[in-house]
Amino acid sequence: MNDTVVTEREKKEKIAVHPRLQEFLFSTRRFLKNPLTIIGLVIIILFALIAVFAPLIAPPQGSDPYRIPHTGWKMAPSPPSDLHPLGTLEQQYDIFYGVVWGTRLAFRIGVVVVFANLLIGIILGALAGYYGGITDEIIMRITDMFYAIPFLVAAMALVVAIGRGLKAVIIVLIILGWPTYTRVIRGEILVLREKDYILAARAGGASSLRIIFKHILPNSIYSVLIIASMNIGTVVLTAAALSFLGLGSETGYADWGQMVAMSRNWIVGPADNRLAYWYVVIIPGFVIAMFVLGWNLLGDAARDVFDPKMRRR
Amino acid sequence: MVVVLFGVSLFVFAIMMIIPPGRRAAIYVTQEKITPDQMNAMIKKYGLDDPAPVQYVRWLKQILSGNFGYSVTASAPVIEGFKTYFPITLELVLYATPLIILVGIWLGTIGAVHKDKPLDHATRVFAIIGYSLPTFWLGLILLMIFYGYLGIFPPGYLSNKGKDILFSPAFKRYTYILTVDAVLNWRWNIFWDALYHLALPTINLILLNSALILRLMRSSMLEALGQDYIRTALAKGADKRTIYNIHARRNAMIPVITISGILFAGLLGGMVITETIFARDGIGLWMARAALQMDVPAIMFNVLFLGTVFVVFNLIVDVVYAYIDPRIRLA
Repeated sequence: MNDTVVTEREKKEKIAVHPRLQEFLFSTRRFLKNPLTIIGLVIIILFALIAVFAPLIAPPQGSDPYRIPHTGWKMAPSPPSDLHPLGTLEQQYDIFYGVVWGTRLAFRIGVVVVFANLLIGIILGALAGYYGGITDEIIMRITDMFYAIPFLVAAMALVVAIGRGLKAVIIVLIILGWPTYTRVIRGEILVLREKDYILAARAGGASSLRIIFKHILPNSIYSVLIIASMNIGTVVLTAAALSFLGLGSETGYADWGQMVAMSRNWIVGPADNRLAYWYVVIIPGFVIAMFVLGWNLLGDAARDVFDPKMRRR
Repeated sequence: MVVVLFGVSLFVFAIMMIIPPGRRAAIYVTQEKITPDQMNAMIKKYGLDDPAPVQYVRWLKQILSGNFGYSVTASAPVIEGFKTYFPITLELVLYATPLIILVGIWLGTIGAVHKDKPLDHATRVFAIIGYSLPTFWLGLILLMIFYGYLGIFPPGYLSNKGKDILFSPAFKRYTYILTVDAVLNWRWNIFWDALYHLALPTINLILLNSALILRLMRSSMLEALGQDYIRTALAKGADKRTIYNIHARRNAMIPVITISGILFAGLLGGMVITETIFARDGIGLWMARAALQMDVPAIMFNVLFLGTVFVVFNLIVDVVYAYIDPRIRLA
């Protein structure tokens, strides 16, 4: 309790960056010690590179780069060849191209949705936690409502109401995703609100806004950011599930879930080689799994390391 | 609880209100072609452009009197469709839930007892993989290997031969849960047939969902193992297995029970993907079809139903929790 007060005083003497930076470096060192974290980090960096250099790795053909080029209309998928390094889906959609541009799409969906969720979630959570009373009651009852319906089911219903498509999927994930952050931030604030240093700040004449943004949020943001990092994977997974069900992007779009959906008819190969179309079933789903795994590994490790209450034991 | 249920109904209603009146009117359309004038007449007739609160009250009255409309995808009133599809979903959930909990508790205990040893790491990897694998992908792979390659465990919920018997008048449907009815009818071939079709989806659900229980069990078991009474028991020289299985695990299982209720209700929702892949005619597959064909009554009913199940389950879990934890029960 006492040392937090000291930190606040130091902050006023403008050396506040120092301990925080120190803290960060300490955490980062711990973070990089865990082999699972390194794996997660490598996976995400690899995906990020693919997303950034997508136009170089798989040069787009036609006006919309997210549309997978396809050579011909032959239904049966073609195995990997020089022309198609990872083979093709039905109607000869190139899997390699889909995977590369799908990475970019996955980042776009994940980052946009999680960022929007964070924004809404933090603002509402801060309002509910700081002001309490009727504001708190209303906001929290709304989150209860969101929690009472299985996520995927609610998402399906909303997508149907808004109208199918990738845009609808993104909007729906934004609408449904924020309550987690609101709950966590509110909980953190309820604890912090009673701390002495907040009382001191208020006694010093700081405005509510200043207390929320300068004193409370920086201390409660870590847990939310960790959840957010794990949720990037989850959001992409849900978007893929919706696309798989046929509610997301249309056929031939570089969307991993869509690509898995297109493999459904090719689980069983011809009689002489039952596993003939393995690449159609395995590859797109494997990419989703790796993407989600990467974020989960990162978030998992971050939770253990960045939470000051969990470590230094 | 009533407040949350009211919230759920508001939520469902709000979703419906997003749909423009013209498309909502489609529910009442009986003939194939309809002119704009007729459409407007219909919107007027059913009050689809009335103020939202008026419509909400009207809708709620309908719901409470058990009138959920007609489902195009079920080719029957929604409630009839529900009666047909729900037992198939329930059966899978009833088989999968206990297995998921058992596997989760078992692996979680292993992880805690062998903390930071290879076995612990193995269970951890299992958990992370379970969290990361897309349900639909794992299902497809299981189908590809077992059904495609090995030729066993086909999709669907019963073989065609089995269905012939099922729909014959000689077969009495008591509970509509296949395996139970099969036993009650003394039809063991149907029983095995149904189990044969249940195997893959159950495995799929276990692989994906036991991770949740596993993690909770591991941390809760670790906490229990750190307690003084465990040290006392160890010091007295009690058998290690007894300590782990009786002294520690019993106490560690209390938080797991809280999550089990949520798991059960969550599984009902997660059925959409599982049933779509394994072609089981439950409410999940029904919803997936309804979503593709804009069968609004069916979707809204299922959202309402699953939300209600979830709320009720959480209440039950709270009560059970209070009962089994002596600290709460005797306080």
